[in-house]
Amino acid sequence: MTLRPGEPVESVHASRSPWLRPNVFTGVVGAAIGFIIGVWIGHRVGTHLDWVSAIDQNDVSVFGGYAFGTIGYLAGLGMLEYPLRRMLGRRPVNVIKGERGIWRYLTANTDHKVIGLQYLWGIGVFFFIAGLNAMLIRTNLLRPSPPVFSPGQYLTIVGLHGSMMVMMVSSIILGPFGHYLVPLMIGARRMAFPRIEALTFWLTPLSGVILMSAISYGGFPTGWTGYPPLALQANAGMDAYIFAFFLVAVAMVLNAINLMVTIITMRAPGLTWNRLPIFVWSMLATSVLMLLGAPVLIAGLLMESLDRTASTSFFIAANGGSPFLFENLFWFFGHPEVYVLALPGFGVVLEILPVFARKPLWGYRVAVSGLLGVALLSFMVWQHHLFVSGINSNLRPFYMLTTELISVPTGFVFLAAMGTLWRARIRYTVPMLFSLAFFFNFLIGGLSGVFLSDVPSDVSLHGSYFVMAHFHYTIMGGLIFAFFAGLYYWLPKMNGLELDERLGKLHFWTMFISFNSTFLPLFALGMMGMPRRVNTYAPHLQFLNDWASVSAFALGGSMLIFLANLVWSLAFARRPAASNPWQSRGLEWQVPTPVPLENFDEVPTILAGPYEYGDAQAPPVARLGGGPIPATAGD
Amino acid sequence: MSLPSSTGGNSDLPLRRVAVIWLVLSVIGVLAVLFGLEPHMPPGADTAQAHEQRIANTAIAAILMPITIGVLVYFVFALTTFRQRGDVVVDGPPIHGDSRLQATWVLGTVAIVLVLAAYGTYALFTTESNAAGSGGGQGPTLISSAPAGSLQVQVVSQQWEFTYRYPQYGGVETTELALPAGRTVVFHVTSLDVIHSFWAYQLGVKVDAVPGTDNVADVTPKKVESFTVRCAELCGVWHGAMSGTGQVMSASDFAAWIAQQQTAAAPVIKALPPYHTIYYPDPVGRAG
Repeated sequence: MTLRPGEPVESVHASRSPWLRPNVFTGVVGAAIGFIIGVWIGHRVGTHLDWVSAIDQNDVSVFGGYAFGTIGYLAGLGMLEYPLRRMLGRRPVNVIKGERGIWRYLTANTDHKVIGLQYLWGIGVFFFIAGLNAMLIRTNLLRPSPPVFSPGQYLTIVGLHGSMMVMMVSSIILGPFGHYLVPLMIGARRMAFPRIEALTFWLTPLSGVILMSAISYGGFPTGWTGYPPLALQANAGMDAYIFAFFLVAVAMVLNAINLMVTIITMRAPGLTWNRLPIFVWSMLATSVLMLLGAPVLIAGLLMESLDRTASTSFFIAANGGSPFLFENLFWFFGHPEVYVLALPGFGVVLEILPVFARKPLWGYRVAVSGLLGVALLSFMVWQHHLFVSGINSNLRPFYMLTTELISVPTGFVFLAAMGTLWRARIRYTVPMLFSLAFFFNFLIGGLSGVFLSDVPSDVSLHGSYFVMAHFHYTIMGGLIFAFFAGLYYWLPKMNGLELDERLGKLHFWTMFISFNSTFLPLFALGMMGMPRRVNTYAPHLQFLNDWASVSAFALGGSMLIFLANLVWSLAFARRPAASNPWQSRGLEWQVPTPVPLENFDEVPTILAGPYEYGDAQAPPVARLGGGPIPATAGD
Repeated sequence: MSLPSSTGGNSDLPLRRVAVIWLVLSVIGVLAVLFGLEPHMPPGADTAQAHEQRIANTAIAAILMPITIGVLVYFVFALTTFRQRGDVVVDGPPIHGDSRLQATWVLGTVAIVLVLAAYGTYALFTTESNAAGSGGGQGPTLISSAPAGSLQVQVVSQQWEFTYRYPQYGGVETTELALPAGRTVVFHVTSLDVIHSFWAYQLGVKVDAVPGTDNVADVTPKKVESFTVRCAELCGVWHGAMSGTGQVMSASDFAAWIAQQQTAAAPVIKALPPYHTIYYPDPVGRAG
């Protein structure tokens, strides 16, 4: 950020009441105004198009409403002020950074710590909504037939569950921890592009609301994959899915650039690549995936929206298009996307293991090459989703090989964990329990993937509940368990309060047992021939389905224990946390709690790696200095 | 498995006992997969293709069993042996890695992967037992040509049912699927609207139905039985109800059945579009 002399560092809005400054409420007002304008323009344009008048639905106006609504929302949040003033050659206004109280969470604040907490609570809400959808799915599947919900309702519930989990909850580690911790871990005061950082967060709730607005159009029938031609014959709820996923993909690209630039250019002196915390490595690898994968999704979604609004035929076979095109574009993004979900989990658990094993991370370079190897290979495997699709069948051995090869770098992560536990001094804290459970779950999730990578096996299991159980073991058992490990570990630093350990352990054991009890039977159901996304099933499958449903309700109940812990610890007990309660060497724990506005008084000098436990000669992780804050204030 | 310690030997740890436990459990696990689980492995052994899938499922489970047990035994051993009781925080030895062990691990996992990939490729392409392609959709042409006299069956998928055309019998279209036992069947799967997937569970056949695409798979039903047909790709609101049964019957029963179908369909057949590998029904596109 180049701040030339004479430019203001404070906002011109500072003297106004918070209600009158740009905030989330003015953002909502802007969104409403923009939506109305967009719908109006869409009607003016759309009514002259013969293919629009041929059906009783105007997708042009729906997309127009979403597009202009997004612009209005960003304008209301004050996001357009800076670029517009720059374009007009006027002096830029800076957003308030140091504000106190609740308002800082309701504005486009550019402090990475505020954004981290915004992400935490924002994504937490979507995680619970999507989780409630899962409860509805399991309710419907309590009996073979008749279904509880109408088929259309059921598909909308399934689609919202999957889409919300993949779109919003996919950032559940990258959002809160990535933004809060990466600058702290690399000794920086902020991210490289703080305004873009604020933008990526504020796109998340907007895309969530747009996705849910699909309900008002009668939902969408395609699940999270959005395959045409089904997506082309669907009603306007599909437009909500397309636009929401588009915004998420844009946020992914922006996030990726921001994280990469921050990690590559803003490390403190002495923080060599060999000393970089493994969590930061995982963020870097994830950024590579998002930067290269998400644009392809954007292209696919753009074509799909054009097919729906402008009567193009990218995916209509009869007019020269091909449904395979979307399948390829989608999974070229979609398979790296599942590693966008997995890699941050690897980073979190490998960050936590050395702390509670009191040992250095075993095989640090192996672990790093594991993360990078997964990132690289994940771009070469996407056609394993299309093994029986009829696409070039002679390429299948190649994708079989690459898919199975990905278990090699994944194995590195296991090797690093197993080596770290060797002769360790293990303390079973709540974060450690969640981290260890991660490895149990991911072992099952990863190895079940080997069946799906083998073509003859995959023919029998493709599109069945086996696949569903497999990816829930890797995502729910991996990403979500790692998220809770990170939450119990870092929340004391992030908001300065301790979480109750006894409730935490109760949460862990109920979640761990009910999770496995829910998803293990689903492997069997898939092997017995139950396809995914069905609302009725053969009567002889009822026992296992009921077992999974009851366990799923218990899994939902374990989330209530977590909520109770959160409310009790943050609202009632309010025990202040020590600045380094886990005796960690990590740089993020060496700063005071609560973390000061500019993180570090002076730019720290890194003296050693963060995992040098048990080495009496090892210097402290960094020299922090104690001088006053230099006059080079941030943005 | 042996891991290094900073003090040199590991004589203080019961590693031999752990290795024996792993070996015993692995042998039990592999035997349980091969003899206990194998008869229940999907999708059965009613066709060469289904049997090949069962063998693949069993073989992968057997290969993964010692790995799974090894990781679990190691975790149980490490988590119980190296536990620090009480509230004291004591550092462990500063071991950073072991290059020989790391190299062994890398080579070992790569070797397992290459074996799995080679085996899967062999199973996919081998023409032994006439199961090349393993019952999955193979695009417009079969991996290995089907024997002369094969029965061609077109699976026409639409929301939300499968219908079947028999081009060798005048292109007659039926709503029921009947197949003769002992004769190779070549399925030509296509779709009139959205993407479906034709899944005949007991036959070991799964073929995506994509508009504008003739996706083929061959299978030789042996056993006279009825089998399940389900749609395995989300295709709209009644996807959950898009299921039915097919029937494998003796050659003579099939001849009688198809003759009866031809007679019954004789008035309709002139109105049907002529048999073709793909169809583009009108109207097309969004404005439909």
